[in-house]
Amino acid sequence: MSEAHGARRHDPHQGSPAAEPAPKIVADRLHKRFPAAGEPVVALEELSLTVAEGELVSVVGPSGCGKTTFLRLLAGLEEPTSGSLAIRASDDGAQRPQNAVVFQEYGIFPWKTVLQNVAFGLQMRGVARREREEQAQAWVERVGLARFAGAYPHELSGGMKQRVSIARALANDPEVLLMDEPLGALDAQTRTVMQEEILDLWERDQKTVVYITHSIDEAVFLSDRVVVMTAHPGRKKAEHAIDLPRPRRWEQTGGADFAALRLQIWSDLEDEVKRTMAGQA
Amino acid sequence: MTSTHDPDAPASAPPPHVRGREHPADPAPADSAAAAPAQPQPPAPGSASQRLLRRVPHHRLAAPSAALVGFMAVFTLVGGWQLAWWAGALVTFALLVWLAQTGQEVVPRRHLRAYERGLATLFPLLLLAGWELLAGTGALSARWFPPPSDIAVAVWELSVEPETGGTSLLGRPWRLPELIGELGLAGALGAIVEESHVLATLGRVFIGFVLGLAPGIVVGALMGANRTVRIMLDNVMSAFYVLPKIAIFPIVMLLFANPFGEGPIITVVAVSAFFFVAFNTMAGVQGVDRIFLDVGANYGANRLQMFRHVIIPGALPVIFAGFRIALGAALIVVVAVEFVRADQGVGHLTIYYWEVLSPPRMYAGLFTTMALGVLLTFGLLAVEKRVMPWRRNRGDDDLPTG
Repeated sequence: MSEAHGARRHDPHQGSPAAEPAPKIVADRLHKRFPAAGEPVVALEELSLTVAEGELVSVVGPSGCGKTTFLRLLAGLEEPTSGSLAIRASDDGAQRPQNAVVFQEYGIFPWKTVLQNVAFGLQMRGVARREREEQAQAWVERVGLARFAGAYPHELSGGMKQRVSIARALANDPEVLLMDEPLGALDAQTRTVMQEEILDLWERDQKTVVYITHSIDEAVFLSDRVVVMTAHPGRKKAEHAIDLPRPRRWEQTGGADFAALRLQIWSDLEDEVKRTMAGQA
Repeated sequence: MTSTHDPDAPASAPPPHVRGREHPADPAPADSAAAAPAQPQPPAPGSASQRLLRRVPHHRLAAPSAALVGFMAVFTLVGGWQLAWWAGALVTFALLVWLAQTGQEVVPRRHLRAYERGLATLFPLLLLAGWELLAGTGALSARWFPPPSDIAVAVWELSVEPETGGTSLLGRPWRLPELIGELGLAGALGAIVEESHVLATLGRVFIGFVLGLAPGIVVGALMGANRTVRIMLDNVMSAFYVLPKIAIFPIVMLLFANPFGEGPIITVVAVSAFFFVAFNTMAGVQGVDRIFLDVGANYGANRLQMFRHVIIPGALPVIFAGFRIALGAALIVVVAVEFVRADQGVGHLTIYYWEVLSPPRMYAGLFTTMALGVLLTFGLLAVEKRVMPWRRNRGDDDLPTG
């Protein structure tokens, strides 16, 4: 399967992202207001973003900047107050769900085994039992959990749970993969390992990914492009293309080019974080 | 068991046997008290870790045992049990706790579970023994609180020979082979059920419980999932929830062609179970973590799939907690109804032998009711383990999963 997609693989080093034919995701002037007592809360304002096929775009911003709201709009879990949002279907004619979300707290069902969890999306789409279990089994093996296929989540560590959650999303073969701070709840070492695993999976699978994180390091390490958002209301402040060579390895994160990008993004973000903290004080 | 050398056992506490010797009125028995001075505790040498590694001081049990035996002897000698048995019981309990806790510290770690299980079984037996003794010595009125041995005899008699009404405790199920010869299988089983107090009560509890459970889950799930339904039903349900269900028994009797038959009893049990199950199902459904609903929606679950794969399993632990309450309530209702309107059942048995002044048989009814309650709870726990395999081997808590 991955070979078939190989040709379509977007590579930021062979031409600029803007040259891609039709973008995968087009978000155009998205607004989201939540009703509240008194003034409605404006979570997103004038947010426009296009993501190319096979691109991995990270969104960073201070907490409460609406990045999760943006992801929930992309996921169809919320409706935008105004603006438009489109995810282009693949042209290979295959029936795919539009998106699948990897949630921060994993959201894997404690009452289902690892295999049943991974097969969940397929089951909801009515894929026959044997077929969905075969596909799920393949994904369970790919994320290195073959030994735990029949285990229940409470027997797994945090990193393993997040692997289940990622396998569940990928087994559903969505048009785009949406990840909402998927490693936020993990310890630093597990995070590092999981970041490399996510890169491996992505490099083989060529999914279009929108990745929400509050970690600049993570964003730079994983992404083709990093979007910085402002605080209250959430707006796009800046975009940074990450033209570091791939495949990337964690050792590179100590390099000068990596440090320069990190600094650039931080200089954009710093004001926003300070503004958020001042607002909270 | 306590003499085993175990470096893991905590041994940092100062040796308490010294206090045993301070006890003035302490006619300590030779076996425990003699052991203490024979093994003088060396003054704690060196570091705390060295002290931890020291030999298990099993003779620490000497002090509490001596205190216990001493107190019992002195208290008995001065006639304390007749004067104020409750004071004696209180002190005895305190000393027992001291002894058991010391035992817990001294016992090798690998035997700790067995020790605790033993303690959980032995203490109730000890209570019965205490009751037996108190009733035997006359400290406790044997007429109103007959010794457990009398109650056991009553249970035995009620089991083996039918009463004047033709009923017995269990229906003498050992007659089954010969009854089958006479009446056929169905007839034989019917005859046994017709004779048995226990089966009559169990049947009422079980049938009523099951009849109340199904609509309880449906209404509770609807209330939990749909805000409008919840708003409309909340007050009505709350009002009925607090009503003691036994109070509707008279009106329920009117609804049945045979007001003295099983119909009204089973109906009241069902109504009572319904409310407990409905309220817990509602709470369980409302308590399902939002993220699971998001996952269900994101992966395209339709309404039915959402209930079947997300909401109901997520709510099951709370629903089962409701089952447990409902089952207990069902037993209460059945026994209460049997007090006033039944010719059979453990409640009837209890009240009948109270009325004819036969306390041992009355207690036989009470103990049977207790046994039924315990049995039903165990049965429900077994079902729970089967239905929720993901909560097996969890061992830590009974809380709903987050």
